[in-house]
Amino acid sequence: MKKQLVIIGGGPAGMAAAVAVRDHGIEDILILERAAHPGGILRQCIHSGFGLHKFKEELTGPEYAWKYEQMIAERGIELMTGTMVIGLTQEKVVTAVNPALGVFTVEAQAVILAMGCRERPRGALNIPGTRPAGILTAGTAQKFVNIDGYLPGKRVVILGSGDIGLIMARRMTLEGAKVEMVCELLPYSGGLARNIEQCLNDFGIPLLLSHTVTEIHGDRNLQTVTVSQVNTNRKPIPGTERLVECDTLLLSVGLIPENELTAMAGLTLESTTGGTAVDERRETAIPGIFACGNVLHVHDLVDFVSDEAELAGHGAAAYIQGKARKGRPLIVAAGTGVRYTVPRHVIERSKPVKIYFRVTDVFRDASVVVRDSRAVLFSQKKSRLAPGEMESVTLAPELLKRASGDILTVMLEVQNA
Amino acid sequence: MKLKMYDVAVIGAGVVGALTARELSRYSLSVCLIEKGNDVAGGATRANSGIVHAGFDAETGTLKARLNVKGARLMPALAAELGVHYRQNGSLVVGYNAADRTEIQTLYERGLANGVENLAILDIELLQKIEPALSKKAICALYAPTAGVICPFGLAIAATGNAMDNGADCLLNYEVTELLREADGFRISGSGAPISARFVVNAAGVFSDKIARLIGDDSFRLRPRRGEYMLLDKVCGNLLNHTVFFTPDEKGKGVLVSPTADGNLLLGPTSSFVTGKSDTATTAEGLEQILAEAYRQVPELPAGKVITSFAGLRAVGDTGDFIINSPVPGFVNAAGIESPGLTASPAIARYIVNLLAENGLALREKPDFNPIRPALGGFREKTAEEQNAVIRVNPRYGNVICRCEQVSEGEILEALTRNPIAHDTDGIKRRVRAGMGRCQGEFCLPSVAAVLAEELGIPFEAVTKSGAGSKVNLRRTKGNAD
Repeated sequence: MKKQLVIIGGGPAGMAAAVAVRDHGIEDILILERAAHPGGILRQCIHSGFGLHKFKEELTGPEYAWKYEQMIAERGIELMTGTMVIGLTQEKVVTAVNPALGVFTVEAQAVILAMGCRERPRGALNIPGTRPAGILTAGTAQKFVNIDGYLPGKRVVILGSGDIGLIMARRMTLEGAKVEMVCELLPYSGGLARNIEQCLNDFGIPLLLSHTVTEIHGDRNLQTVTVSQVNTNRKPIPGTERLVECDTLLLSVGLIPENELTAMAGLTLESTTGGTAVDERRETAIPGIFACGNVLHVHDLVDFVSDEAELAGHGAAAYIQGKARKGRPLIVAAGTGVRYTVPRHVIERSKPVKIYFRVTDVFRDASVVVRDSRAVLFSQKKSRLAPGEMESVTLAPELLKRASGDILTVMLEVQNA
Repeated sequence: MKLKMYDVAVIGAGVVGALTARELSRYSLSVCLIEKGNDVAGGATRANSGIVHAGFDAETGTLKARLNVKGARLMPALAAELGVHYRQNGSLVVGYNAADRTEIQTLYERGLANGVENLAILDIELLQKIEPALSKKAICALYAPTAGVICPFGLAIAATGNAMDNGADCLLNYEVTELLREADGFRISGSGAPISARFVVNAAGVFSDKIARLIGDDSFRLRPRRGEYMLLDKVCGNLLNHTVFFTPDEKGKGVLVSPTADGNLLLGPTSSFVTGKSDTATTAEGLEQILAEAYRQVPELPAGKVITSFAGLRAVGDTGDFIINSPVPGFVNAAGIESPGLTASPAIARYIVNLLAENGLALREKPDFNPIRPALGGFREKTAEEQNAVIRVNPRYGNVICRCEQVSEGEILEALTRNPIAHDTDGIKRRVRAGMGRCQGEFCLPSVAAVLAEELGIPFEAVTKSGAGSKVNLRRTKGNAD
């Protein structure tokens, strides 16, 4: 089959992109979603806090997803669920499989990658010890509790203070489990400040910074974990070990964009984001292949995923309509204190461009600075910056046009360093 | 009470026990495989290097040497019959200095004496040409083209399944605690209903000394030696072509780096004696050592690609050789099957059957023995047309459940319906690789558990990871209470 646009993934990114593309007049769209329902991970996020930026109201995950499901339905956008994409070529041939059609291919004029991300599993952490039942990622526990209606355990230790871990600390507590502690390897949490307040502090769950799980015990089911304090090099400090009884260890130790298809198409992945590099309209190095949402870089808030998906949608629509792109790429580099920037380069300088970035550490009283090879073009003071909170600066067209050379650098300048 | 009477009972469904049962199922015999775990292949067979060794390591004249070389020769045809992933990728013992070069010469000569074919000592140029990812400090290597890689638990599962398809029984969760000699054989009891058998094979792995003592054989001791491993993402699977060993020295064989039969990259093992016979915990020191040694051999090893680490126990005997004998009439020990036990296992199985025959077991070939067991799963290896033909007949093959390894619901059902059926999520993982990939089952575990519960007709919260005491979920949440 042939389609003007194939969107891989029917989560928040894929759905918002589809709506944007359709609203630009593109009719022939197909969303491929592997789950039985659209919505992606939002479906299991039954807590509230979604939509504050996008819809100016506080929604649960399913409610947020439902808004987009309705928009998709109203526009008559074709959505194929229960369909796993298993191949993608540089020529934008998508191979997928489902029970009704079997293995089939779609020749697409443009493709939007919106596959989301997955959680880092225990194996990637190399925690020594046994391999019992009772160790699962926070997201899997969330699915068990919120979708399937089952409780994986009664006494819980959570490793990693990512947002899903924090949310699950509260959720497991509400279901009657005892959450002993949340251990965070780093001296600061990677989660949102509001989640630490609402999910841990409000329930008296201790957050142990600079602590990690150094051994797992129990043959069949988890019995205890060893928790140790770590030094500034993140190495366990001998003598600080203590045994904590638990039947469940939840891991919330990072999210990895799911870019197997991206790599299959021949795109390279950045070590900082785990996603591929894009320009301001979220177009990858392969013309006509766009990416948005957590497959590109892991977001904190779904609202920004929707924003980014709209950019990709506008971009894909313009590509399909054959609108010419002009301009020399202006590279947006990550400088001191900045881990990555999205987009990585800007082509169109006539519109404002919002640059998303994450910082490398916790900074207080720092300035976000954008400079070219000669001078500082933009500077903004921030009282606090943390890796767990995505930051952004919006670059005005006049700044983009004024930039000399081919590189803009986003960096931090720290007072009283 | 009349006990169920078997001609042969094989205690232990590791690769040796399973292949022995399969070998016995060629004949007109009633055969029973007895396993204390919730699944077959749960001991050393589950966690080892998965290497088919060429056969130059063991001292010439030992059982290890003989059965290794013979086993390696039998393996390709056996793997094909049983539909097990096997690849003859060849191995390299890499030398870094003059002492290594001398040892490699010794291994080469021993290999010739053991009957290993096509061995060659490679110089630096040839070595770098055939294995460019190796350290540039390497100076020579012993090349053994007959070495290979195989999925060890896949082999034991397939052998058990083929034995069962040919009439053998497999009793799980049956720990043998008593063996009584009777007029016409043995009475076996333990955590399952007592049975009797005219002949008994002791293939209980690290516990085979304990089983031998049940009939009064106290002639050998086993010590468990732990080997830890790290498994890397399939994106690293093509980094090396061959299985790469260090040159052994007084400290042992060191850590190997090898592609696996399923396309991952395996690092390990460490080697340390432990006291507990179920002490398969990994250690911080062990995992550090593996990485350090692997990087010394393959400096380009990408960081952050480990998807899991694990450990297995080797049953190390006190004789230095495999302990395969008949201490009392009708009873055969297969003990101390450490490396190269996996390689030797097809030959060990035949050797055991011969020993049983010498003990008076009559071997009459069954005309209807079927040596073929089609591969389980393997859907992703088919062409799109072949896949579509399958999906048209059974649409559940079109429902991909494990995204990393692309395992469909249809394949998971195979694991739950074909001999030996899986009873837990680990069992499904080992049969069709659902949960074996880079996400280690974090996405598919709930779906796999659901298919398992439905197919076996058990409540969702009764699903276990690896048998009793390893529940995946405790109970329904309060909002979902009955």
